[in-house]
Amino acid sequence: MAERERRLATPRGGVFVPRSQVMSADDVDRALVRIAHEIIEHNKGSDNLALIGLQTGGVQIALKLRDVISEIGDAEIPVGTLDVAFYRDDIQLRPVLPEAVTTIPFDLTNMAVVLVDDVLFTGRTVRAALQALSDFGRARSIQLAVLVDRGHRELPIRPDYVGKNLPTRLTEQVDANLEGVTIGDVIKGRP
Amino acid sequence: MSLLQNALVSIGDLDNDDIGHIMKLSAIFSEVLRRDIPKVPTLRGKTMAMVFSEDSTRTRTSFEIAAKKLSMDILSLNSSQSSMKKGESLKDTLANLHAIGADGFVIRHSSSGVPTQASTWMTVPVINAGDGCHEHPTQALLDCYTLIERFDTPSNHTTDNAILNCFNGMTVTIVGDVEHSRVARSLVIMLDMLGAKTTLCGPRTLMPRHVDKWPVRVSYHLDEVLPETQVCYILRLQNERGSGTYLPSIREYAMNWGIDSKRASLLPETAVIMHPGPINRGVELAGEIADSSRSLILNQASNGVAVRMAVIYLLLANPGDITEV
Amino acid sequence: MTKVLLQGGTLVDATGIRSGLDVLIDNSEIVEIAPNISPPRGARLIDCDGCMISPGLVDLHTHLREPGNEEAETIESGTRAAVAGGYTAVVCMPNTEPPIDNATAVRDILAMSKDALCAVIPAGTITVGREGERLSPMVEMNACGVRLFTDDGRGVQSASVMRRALEYASALGATIAQHCEMEDLAANTVMNEGYLSSVMGVQGAPNCAEELMLERDLELAALCGARIHFMHLSTHGSVELVRRAKLAGMQVTAEVTPHHISLTDDMLSEYNPIYKVNPPLRTRKDITALIRALSDGTIDAIATDHAPHVRESKELPLDQAPPGMIGLETALAVAITVLKDNSGEVGTGRKDASENGRSGNNRSGRTYSTKSNSVKSEYGNSGSAGGGRANNSYSEHLTIDPSVLQYSMNMVDIIAAMSWKPAAIAGLDVASGGRHGGPIVPGAPANLTVFDPSADWRVDAPRLLSKSGNSPFDGLSLTGKVRHTIYEGEPVYLDGRATK
Repeated sequence: MAERERRLATPRGGVFVPRSQVMSADDVDRALVRIAHEIIEHNKGSDNLALIGLQTGGVQIALKLRDVISEIGDAEIPVGTLDVAFYRDDIQLRPVLPEAVTTIPFDLTNMAVVLVDDVLFTGRTVRAALQALSDFGRARSIQLAVLVDRGHRELPIRPDYVGKNLPTRLTEQVDANLEGVTIGDVIKGRP
Repeated sequence: MSLLQNALVSIGDLDNDDIGHIMKLSAIFSEVLRRDIPKVPTLRGKTMAMVFSEDSTRTRTSFEIAAKKLSMDILSLNSSQSSMKKGESLKDTLANLHAIGADGFVIRHSSSGVPTQASTWMTVPVINAGDGCHEHPTQALLDCYTLIERFDTPSNHTTDNAILNCFNGMTVTIVGDVEHSRVARSLVIMLDMLGAKTTLCGPRTLMPRHVDKWPVRVSYHLDEVLPETQVCYILRLQNERGSGTYLPSIREYAMNWGIDSKRASLLPETAVIMHPGPINRGVELAGEIADSSRSLILNQASNGVAVRMAVIYLLLANPGDITEV
Repeated sequence: MTKVLLQGGTLVDATGIRSGLDVLIDNSEIVEIAPNISPPRGARLIDCDGCMISPGLVDLHTHLREPGNEEAETIESGTRAAVAGGYTAVVCMPNTEPPIDNATAVRDILAMSKDALCAVIPAGTITVGREGERLSPMVEMNACGVRLFTDDGRGVQSASVMRRALEYASALGATIAQHCEMEDLAANTVMNEGYLSSVMGVQGAPNCAEELMLERDLELAALCGARIHFMHLSTHGSVELVRRAKLAGMQVTAEVTPHHISLTDDMLSEYNPIYKVNPPLRTRKDITALIRALSDGTIDAIATDHAPHVRESKELPLDQAPPGMIGLETALAVAITVLKDNSGEVGTGRKDASENGRSGNNRSGRTYSTKSNSVKSEYGNSGSAGGGRANNSYSEHLTIDPSVLQYSMNMVDIIAAMSWKPAAIAGLDVASGGRHGGPIVPGAPANLTVFDPSADWRVDAPRLLSKSGNSPFDGLSLTGKVRHTIYEGEPVYLDGRATK
């Protein structure tokens, strides 16, 4: 099962081969602390604030941001996870992750929701997420935080909080998580 | 992995991985169904042809709702009043529906084998919604999901397919008209795959003639098998298939193979009662048992939608078919 | 009519096998048999090198569908298929619409088939309208040349009607041919009753549905002292009953179809109505018994039960599709492929390729195989990704289970079961005043079949000459190919083409 899911999960059907690290774990840490401050500043505190991590890469980052924000703002803020597979417009091309669960254990009404993802690329995931969120309720505002913005947008979507703007070529692949950000290539062929 | 290719006509088309996969996906769709707006746009623009040559309220409704929750359009053909009755080639009928724009077929037919035939004729997915006395694979899958809901302990999901662990050694007794039951045929195959121990029980005339070669135990005495039964699966006595002529009388059947309170008390305390519906109350199952807390009959009905969403999704969205982005 | 000279074939007839002889035919008669006959002026030369020449084949059991169902087959198309299969005479079944149950209907068939490519001999019904109640006017039909009476498609259900039929026909010297099927037990069945029918959830016909009627009719035939012929035996139990009756000295004959000695009920696992036939395809055990019975003479004849059906009717649900499969053009090849003994080579040599086909791995073959990919390929999936696989299956050779090799037959016995024995049952043999099946000698009628016993070929249903394509052997390769058929001195089928 695990093997199959990994295969299903590889959106481009290839192997990621890292080339160079562009952010270290410390760099990521600093960037997230900065973003946390920006979120609090922009929302004038952490009241009625919620984070929603996009499955799967955004979830760890959302949890980390939650920790930082609650330290700074001295308040617990709710975190949800969202899988947007069913909302994608490229469903035939991108598989669903069966264990990437959607849990939004709070009412969105009158909340300021920050969507959190690892990498912002074409914008299609965020579009799908905006559509999905509207099925859960009417948030007061929806904002977008990403660790890396690598450009190449195909939709009119702009992040509110960015860890690092990273110019890339279309063919490159970016791997971003709490351990660092790496740029590399996808080699064709099944792992 | 045939499920991800073209058809679900028999439970035997699947392997344990497939079933595990469908169960996990069904859980995800259950969550979707609990949302404020329980509908996803996944298959928007696709059309499901519902070809039903037999009356069926619940299966048809369940499939229609499942397709609609995935934002599909429905093309309905009630073939009992259509050209299929007039002797038009079945292949021509289906080819015409495909030409009109069907992206997939859900087929219920009074003749065994029609979905199998359709899957050899059509290039688009075919889902068997029950064919004659052959199979009813989505019923078996929703029963599987219902049993997992009741018996699975999620904490010990350490290995792949652990979701199916609860079936290992589970004792299931299927009671009644096995000969005419497509539900029984799908269940027997699936329970064997999952490692459960199946017993068939009913009058000899309602057992298939070569049942000795099936992976089951056969008993003609219900009272003897009930004490060691964890899941008592009761089949509908199918009078419309002439099973009445296989029996001296309905009364004799009810007395010997019907589940009433007295018989139900022979079951272990944790045992559950299932029935694919619709129930002949007072014949194969007493009303008070159907409505009791050990009955999973309503759970079966409500789980149908999520499980059928999972099956439709796997066949129509083709998530296994990864090509160039 | 010009003279025809068959050059260089190997003769096979009731007297045995003779090689290196030419056969000169003049005006519907064989006039000379000798080595290297010098071609008379204007004679048509037919090269028979590597081929066998036998008396024309005779089919006891052909459905020509005319009148009533000309969309599926006509006398013209059916006889074209017959000569392509090496037949010079076919007995056509009376279950037409209207049925052949009176002299006028017989005369109509004879008139319509006057110019046909081979002899067409109608069988008459046993009962009026094949309803199993009142006897047909057998005397008047007999006067028109009918020798065989049958309600084929149905068995005569009533024992008393059957008794009267046997009595009545025996006084005429005619033969009652029974389709053994107890409708009580076999109604609405679509295949053999067995494990497969139980998991497929379809009604199966038990062996005893055939055997009970066969046993009853043997008793009745003994009671009346009448001859009886049993059509398309399908079960090992039937074979035993016939064997015992023959040992007891009864005047009983029996036939078997090519499909019942080559295909099992496994073929139906995908519910393809092409494999629906009555009686149904049975099991390995039955096939083995049927082949053994052919080889020891318990079963006299191979008869095709050629039953054409339009394409649409075989694209219905299995339980709604009509039973039946075509067989005229594949019968000889199936018989050779399944029955031919290769250990002691007789006559012409066999190619290595066909040798491999025979002894090849039984699992890859279809005789006893389970699911077959080619079943799928029939419906034009070849355009899709499955195409490659489908094409592979098209090269499958019909093979047989090694366990029946001990019952394999020599060529004389195979042709006996397809030519002179059925000719005798139908009263078409020389002894009965007919023109079929007799030894190939000067002065004999020139009804001959020329076939290559070792040629491998692939059945391609759309290219068969029958109007219908419901062949269960479609896509399979078989060994043994009819090259030419000579009917009354005329080459009616020559190098793969019917001449009209």
